[in-house]
Amino acid sequence: MKKLVTLVLLLVIVGATWLFIPKKAEQASNKPGMERLVLTGSSTVAPLAAEIGRRFEALHSNVRVDVQTGGSSRGINDVRSGLADIGMASRALKENESGLFSFTIATDGIGMIVNRANPVTALDRQQIIDIYTGKITDWQAVGGNADPITVVNKAEGHSTLELFLHHFDLQNSAVKAHVIIGDNQQGIKTVAGNPDAIGYVSIGSAEYEAQHDAAIKLLPLDGVAASVENVQNGAFPLARPLNLVTRSEPAGIIKAFIEFARSRQVDDLVMAQYFVPVAH
Amino acid sequence: MIWSWHNILSLSRTDSILAALLRLCALLSAAIVILILLFLISESWPVLQHVPLSRFISDASWHPAQGLYNIAPMLGATLLSSLGAVLLATPLGIASALFCHYYAPTALAIWHRRTIALLAGIPSVVYGFWGLTTLAPLIGRLHPPGVSLLTGIVVLTMMILPTVALTVDAALAGVPAAYLRGAAALGLTRWSMINGVVLPAARSGIASGIMLAAVRAIGETMAILMVAGNVVQYPDSLFASVRTLTANIALEMAYAMGDHRAALFVTGLALLAMVLLLVGFAEFFKQDAAHV
Amino acid sequence: MSKDFLATVMIWLTALLISGFFLYLLTDMLIHGLDRLSWAYLLDAPLDAGRSGGIAPIVTATAILVLIAIIVAAPLGLATAVLLTEFTRQKSHFGRFVERSLDVLASVPSIIFGLFGNAFFCLFLGLGFSLLSGGLTLACMALPILIRSAVEGLRSAPDEYRLAAAALGMTRGAALLHLLLPTAAPALAAGLMLGIGRAGAETAALIFTSGYVDRMPESWFDSGRALSVHIYDLAMNVPGGDASAHAAALVLVLLLFTINSIAMGLTRRWQRGRIHSL
Repeated sequence: MKKLVTLVLLLVIVGATWLFIPKKAEQASNKPGMERLVLTGSSTVAPLAAEIGRRFEALHSNVRVDVQTGGSSRGINDVRSGLADIGMASRALKENESGLFSFTIATDGIGMIVNRANPVTALDRQQIIDIYTGKITDWQAVGGNADPITVVNKAEGHSTLELFLHHFDLQNSAVKAHVIIGDNQQGIKTVAGNPDAIGYVSIGSAEYEAQHDAAIKLLPLDGVAASVENVQNGAFPLARPLNLVTRSEPAGIIKAFIEFARSRQVDDLVMAQYFVPVAH
Repeated sequence: MIWSWHNILSLSRTDSILAALLRLCALLSAAIVILILLFLISESWPVLQHVPLSRFISDASWHPAQGLYNIAPMLGATLLSSLGAVLLATPLGIASALFCHYYAPTALAIWHRRTIALLAGIPSVVYGFWGLTTLAPLIGRLHPPGVSLLTGIVVLTMMILPTVALTVDAALAGVPAAYLRGAAALGLTRWSMINGVVLPAARSGIASGIMLAAVRAIGETMAILMVAGNVVQYPDSLFASVRTLTANIALEMAYAMGDHRAALFVTGLALLAMVLLLVGFAEFFKQDAAHV
Repeated sequence: MSKDFLATVMIWLTALLISGFFLYLLTDMLIHGLDRLSWAYLLDAPLDAGRSGGIAPIVTATAILVLIAIIVAAPLGLATAVLLTEFTRQKSHFGRFVERSLDVLASVPSIIFGLFGNAFFCLFLGLGFSLLSGGLTLACMALPILIRSAVEGLRSAPDEYRLAAAALGMTRGAALLHLLLPTAAPALAAGLMLGIGRAGAETAALIFTSGYVDRMPESWFDSGRALSVHIYDLAMNVPGGDASAHAAALVLVLLLFTINSIAMGLTRRWQRGRIHSL
């Protein structure tokens, strides 16, 4: 009997909070005159989206743009579940993600990075594969110093990882990594702090950080220099679109934001992040 | 405390209302832990439905994107790093507590105690930051990449040292003064008194202090995430990079969906089970010691 | 060399090592942190991912998080402590059940609170990444600390007070309000401070509940970045963010030192008070 009472009480309390709080949450977001846009997803797109959001807010004083990072697939998932208004994805939609609407706001590439102090200036496809599968473990074997290589790989769930593996036709379980990182910036920081490290990150992020004194350099991929120009003219082999994703045909403030993000008004922001703006 | 429900000092009307209210609050407090367990299980259910538990230790590797969910290397890394930290922190912590009680002049002992208490209050992210910027490059010079099992153990040791020192300190304070007088009367040296009388008398307190520290080490997330390198593998040396259960959750949670996310909740369940096992063990130990 | 002498040397060395490490850590933080620390740093918003600018929105978010945690946990904790000490016999099933479950709660790792907070507050209750979710998660974490210190404080109040109150015909509520709680006040305050310290130092429980947004929060449904999360982000994800991370770490550690010192002072006062009253 006592147990039953306890159980009923518990259910009542949980039920009461459940009924009570979401209502308040809705009220807060529906506060008259105030609109909130929630963007979640790719850590590559997030800094750009945050900058665009800031400029958008300056033009629309009644809008607040919240940007949370969480990976491309997560962003797409959040849009589907309604947790986010707009998802950010640093890749094209997959086949099983049809039914969503995606809008490209910029183009980016994925480049190999090493520490600036590393004398190696180029690696060919096979060398990179051998380094990542643990067949080459010393920089000497590819013309560098006699130091063991620190292989930096990305954690599961990042589209950068998927695209990298796809390009080199690798399975993630075959990769022999020494350090696993999450965001692009974390990879850059790891490589900048370790003279023997090699990693791969968004070219935009890498160029941005290299200009801000991070001790890294980008290596050419398949003989093509990893630069914004080569991504722009389509010569770079590992390029990808940066997309905003919505669940339904965008309308209202969502539509306004996406149109703004694709307009000439944000070209300078896109270029400041070392991405390629969309053709207008 | 001398009051009870069936006392002649029975509750007045207002008091019984108050009691009912308090009961409700207490129930809510006690329900949190059950709620936590409930939600961990319900969130991991999607993957547990079609992946048998045994696969979480028998799969080839941890690659949730490929449907492989082996968490055994992370269990191992958690155990190894915590064990290493406990082994290092225990003698240091006991020595520090002995210093306060039997070696230091009173004024110095007070300062030492305050220092330890302040060390206990430093947040784990600051220890992790220190480990990342100072310790990891140092160890990296010895053997790259620097972020490794060893770095993790050292940082964890720093973090649990105050826990050991403070609990042992309290245990030593509970040793009856008569024991010490007896030892002194026998003409024992200070170390013989400590080794033969004080430490055995305080052993259950010391043991529970070590358990508490071990629980803290197993549950530590941020510091170990920042300094251990996060590669899922059984370490082949102290310089190899490892990923603990806690780091696995912190690293992948933000990006996980579907089965991957559920598998991370299974990681959480495994972690909780480990901690509860240890707490239960400590409880058992305490009861056992009480009988002696 | 005798064993006794050896032990003495080893123990002094250990004590020296610990104090030395503490001093080193403190000076290291001061040297690196003071560079960036200024009034402007405390009052400005972070710029360029935190590399420049200040930490005003982050300190604000931290304060709101801790405040929510304490506002929720303190009454709940006090009520539970009062029930355990004044309204149940220690051996009763209910009392033992509550105490046992609180012991377990106290040993739950913070990352588990993060998972729970994400699943329960953010998703199940629909609060999303918000200060409210983070604060409630922290409340769950701080609860066992608050209850434990309140129970200790109440248990050490002399039984004579309870007898005298009963003899005067006071209700237990009145006795509690006028006698027992004032007696236990320093212990309650010390516990409160410890709870604040624990909540303020937390990182792992917050990254999936209150989120990363480093802007000035406008309501408690906004996502906000705690100081400890800011340090983590600068240290791990921002190349060239070390200087700012040092400054933020210094601010956090100084805040926590102050809070913990107040807690220690209160505990000392309370213990001294107890000795006098005996």
